[in-house]
Amino acid sequence: MRNLIPVLTVVAVIVAIWYAAAVWLNAQWVLDTAARQDREIGTSELVLETWSQDKPRLPAPHQVVTELWETTVEKNITSKRSLVYHAWVTLSATLAGFAMGTALGVALAVGIVYVRVMDMSVMPWVIASQTIPILAIAPMIIVVLNAMGLSGLLPKAMISMYLSFFPVVVGMVKGLRAPSRMQLDQMRTWNATQGQEFLRLRLPSSMPYLFASLKIAMAASLVGAIVGELPTGAVAGLGARLLAGSYYGQTIQIWSALFMAAIVAAAMVGLIGLVQRLTLKRMGMA
Amino acid sequence: MTNAMPQQAETSVISAKALNLTFQTNDGPVHALRDVNLEVGKGDFVSFIGPSGCGKTTFLRVMADLEQPTSGEVLVNGVSPEAARKARAYGYVFQAAGLYPWRSIGGNIRLPLEIMGYDKAAQAERVREVLELVELAGFENKYPWQLSGGMQQRASIARALAFEADILLMDEPFGALDEIVRDHLNEQLLALWARTQKTICFVTHSIPEAVYLSTKIVVMSPRPGRITDVIESPLPKERPLDIRDTPEFLEIAHRVREGLRAGHAYD
Repeated sequence: MRNLIPVLTVVAVIVAIWYAAAVWLNAQWVLDTAARQDREIGTSELVLETWSQDKPRLPAPHQVVTELWETTVEKNITSKRSLVYHAWVTLSATLAGFAMGTALGVALAVGIVYVRVMDMSVMPWVIASQTIPILAIAPMIIVVLNAMGLSGLLPKAMISMYLSFFPVVVGMVKGLRAPSRMQLDQMRTWNATQGQEFLRLRLPSSMPYLFASLKIAMAASLVGAIVGELPTGAVAGLGARLLAGSYYGQTIQIWSALFMAAIVAAAMVGLIGLVQRLTLKRMGMA
Repeated sequence: MTNAMPQQAETSVISAKALNLTFQTNDGPVHALRDVNLEVGKGDFVSFIGPSGCGKTTFLRVMADLEQPTSGEVLVNGVSPEAARKARAYGYVFQAAGLYPWRSIGGNIRLPLEIMGYDKAAQAERVREVLELVELAGFENKYPWQLSGGMQQRASIARALAFEADILLMDEPFGALDEIVRDHLNEQLLALWARTQKTICFVTHSIPEAVYLSTKIVVMSPRPGRITDVIESPLPKERPLDIRDTPEFLEIAHRVREGLRAGHAYD
């Protein structure tokens, strides 16, 4: 309860600012309309109308919530108009990309830690890969993969992977190098093989770093999947909803899709956090 | 472990001849060890004492094949340190207990046994035995954070004893513990040594600790790291803690202190 009050206070402040901003941004349109209709308009009327437009510049919170409610709870989830359906399309690509990105990231980190040539050469390329704007490279990935006959989930997942492997590489290199000189010397006194050292010392030591990376990777992965939906003119997915919304000026639809993306990301990151808490607690590292 | 040992190993478990080790640093070469000669007999308890930088830890690490000498020869059980390490001839206890937090005490002690391929039954048997040896029976399923610092260090000694190496190399194992715990652990270590007949090399910078524990005290001094005195202790094997107030004990302690002072006169 004690934690709830500050949280609710912050939420209330944000909602208040949002309503105020909706008035400010939408007022001009209300005034223009009223002027065209030769209608006098009072302050309370003005405020109410800014909060109930069909295509506002900034929809009010309750409009977004209503839209979210109508497109999730009140629609069959197999329907093309259900946001749950679109969220699942994006989420499936996100999860596939996240899994691939994590696997690639861990593999690269193991290589960097164990192979000297990779240690000296791979990291600059990994960093360079992240300096390229994803919006620039995403269409090319889609086009190239399409030319190779790959379409649907996989190209989107590839873009997710492209964004999500990076935090995993960085975190895991640090994590696999976390064991102290002493712990490594100790393994040597037991004449342990590299495989034994990896499984029994380096891998468990890296767990706190891995989980921190996975949280970032998951968020990046979702962004990747959404970006991957933009250049293809995809008909399904949160990215497609954003695109359709912007074509037709459906700001309420855009905002509800954005909120859905945020909810999905928060749920996924929260899930990782839960697994992290349980795992590290079991390992005596939390 | 019953390795075939050359005949000289009967008497000499560790033998160093004209040992030199120089580290190349940015400030020029550092002579960590210069012309070190030492014989350690089977069942000896040897303490290495000296100020920091005298090479005592480096010498221990050379025996353990964790550092390579620049010249000279070291034999452990009559073979090179590398061969001895691969034959798992010694257990090494570091300054910090270094227990894995994700493994129970039993799991930590099992770790070297798993690595060395002991079967499950033998693992359980050894864990039980060594826990009893360090008086930690009943703590097998506890986790390191549930134990005090002294108990953790005892668990790390148990881990070094688990695989039945007959040499125990200990690098200031009690350095981070307070005096009272330290006294208690010293007493326990002597009892353990008497029961197991191991050869122990023990690095310390505490004079009372060195004199109380050892049959042989090696006094070392820095720049270059070298041996300045080797004292064979006339104290009996049976040593209650109050032996430290006897004239014999004080006399040895005095000689150690003299040796340390002589070493310092060089710089």
